[in-house]
Amino acid sequence: MIRYLITRLASMVVMIVLATLVVFLISHLVPADPILAQLGDMQAANPAMVAAYRARWGLDLPIWQQYFIFLEGLVQGNFGISISTQRPVLDDILQYAPATIELSTIAFLLSVIVGVPLGVIAAVKRDSWIDHLARLLSLVGVSAPTFWLAFVVLALFYGGLQIAPGPGRLDVIYLPPPFVTGLYLVDSALAGQWDVFRNAAAHLVLPSTVLAATTLGLITRTTRAAMLEALGQDYVRVGRAKGLKERTIIVRHALPNALIPVVTLGGLAYAVLLSGTVLTETIFSWPGLGRYTFRSAVSLDFPAIMGITFLVAVVYLVINLIVDLSYALLDPRVVRQ
Amino acid sequence: MSALAGTQDQARGVGETPPVDRQRRLRRQLRRYWLAVLGAALVLAWIVIAILAPHIAPYPYEQIDLTQRLLPPSAEHWLGTDMLGRDVFSRLLVGSRISLLAGFSVVLIGAVAGTLIGGIAAYAGGRVEELMMRLTDLVLCFPPIILAMAIAAALGIGATNTVIAMLVVWWPKFARLARSLVIVQRNQEYVEAAVTIGYGPGRILLRHIMPNSMGPMVVLVTLDVGQAILTFSGLSFLGLGVIPPVPEWGAMVAEGRELIQQWWVAAFPGFAILTVVMGFNFLGDGVRDWLDPRSRTR
Repeated sequence: MIRYLITRLASMVVMIVLATLVVFLISHLVPADPILAQLGDMQAANPAMVAAYRARWGLDLPIWQQYFIFLEGLVQGNFGISISTQRPVLDDILQYAPATIELSTIAFLLSVIVGVPLGVIAAVKRDSWIDHLARLLSLVGVSAPTFWLAFVVLALFYGGLQIAPGPGRLDVIYLPPPFVTGLYLVDSALAGQWDVFRNAAAHLVLPSTVLAATTLGLITRTTRAAMLEALGQDYVRVGRAKGLKERTIIVRHALPNALIPVVTLGGLAYAVLLSGTVLTETIFSWPGLGRYTFRSAVSLDFPAIMGITFLVAVVYLVINLIVDLSYALLDPRVVRQ
Repeated sequence: MSALAGTQDQARGVGETPPVDRQRRLRRQLRRYWLAVLGAALVLAWIVIAILAPHIAPYPYEQIDLTQRLLPPSAEHWLGTDMLGRDVFSRLLVGSRISLLAGFSVVLIGAVAGTLIGGIAAYAGGRVEELMMRLTDLVLCFPPIILAMAIAAALGIGATNTVIAMLVVWWPKFARLARSLVIVQRNQEYVEAAVTIGYGPGRILLRHIMPNSMGPMVVLVTLDVGQAILTFSGLSFLGLGVIPPVPEWGAMVAEGRELIQQWWVAAFPGFAILTVVMGFNFLGDGVRDWLDPRSRTR
């Protein structure tokens, strides 16, 4: 187990270093010039301004030197300074991360809480109307463009029926709760500000539902397939022969065995959510990493793009590691191999 | 003569099921695969629309009429008009061309590139394989849309650049699949036979192994067109796709996203994306089901 862990960690570190190289090369070998994107036309026409700007951001150094400066900073937790916000990238990321974490965690919980039982029922009642409904629902869920779904629910429940709050994390009359974690639900509960808590929760309903649509479909389909596989196994037949209750067979015997692919996908789904936030946050004016990523990408803010892509790649790799380790918990055979 | 007729009758009796049974089987198959049939119909309908779009669109898609701004759906403008008074229905029809073209080109080029990379890796083995597959893993460790977004932004706005950006993140999954398929094939007898005859590795890979591994590849390709269209429209929605005033569904949703009261501007183009992606997903789902021997016998 320890040896397995060490090999996994070592390969992860190698991948992370390579990932920084990829990000760096992409952002530097492409034709676009960040100077034109950052300076106005007037300033960009002035050679002295351009040279000063290049020197200021180290853009005049040889490319490999720029990479090592980037790496050196990275090791010290310094992601560089964002060209557009003029603040350290790490500060920006830390400021925007809680909003995204709160949103995607709620969406993830939502899709697991609905998706796993739905998948189990669909498998147990195979080819019934509920199975067909689950299939239809999940296929439509993965087919719907996130940004469109966001618009439709906003137009319907906020613009039309006026039963949901608008974009943003809180109504303007509320102040954010005192900062502890940056997650408004947690912070407001800690401070005992229940009106803020209710408002923050209400603001989460629409965006998290929209975000969950894709992953809900994925999780339902995977759970169904894995359950069908498990229900066809000999130990299920043995359980039936022993006269166990069908419920016991499904919940105690089949479900745990069906969970491995679901866990793999769960990790993947969390990553899908992170991508989905780019589109969802744009529509819901959600002040999170997705919107920050998008803004950095269109303004060619290289330090910010590198910082965020690197961070998300690390999150990806860590999620993968956690997924692999959780196999060991779910299936003791993995460790022995 | 009569003996011959007898064998023919017998042959028919064994080989073919009676018409009633066949009909019942067809009905059962139809009930089972109705979603796939619906998907195929949707895809086909959109392809036909994309081909005919300029001829069936009631108005030229670029015709601006500021006196006709933001009209709700009516008999003259079936899906209403947008901020510049352009006919949403006409733009939606013409928009199908870019979406389908982008989806197909990303998936086809990505599949060819991925198959070559994965195939060569698997057939070459050793260091080459190791290197190529690590490269694949490396691209896969980035979230696709974020990487594509960074590349698209860096390359500059335009449909071709968006497709290029998507290709960079698209080939690895095909490379992985191709590798696993070629590994299965490379130890088969016919490959050994080809080596013995003295054929070169390139010829063996392209002419012998690849054709034998095409099946699963085709399925993944169909499944993936919908996904590619979805991603392309997402990038386009973020302003990283087409240059206005080219009608593209994602960009059309973006143009109408502030207009919650005039919902038709954004709602219909988005619905168009939904239907075409649904078509590909229904179809792919059915085909996968049909190819999976376990699910077929159940």
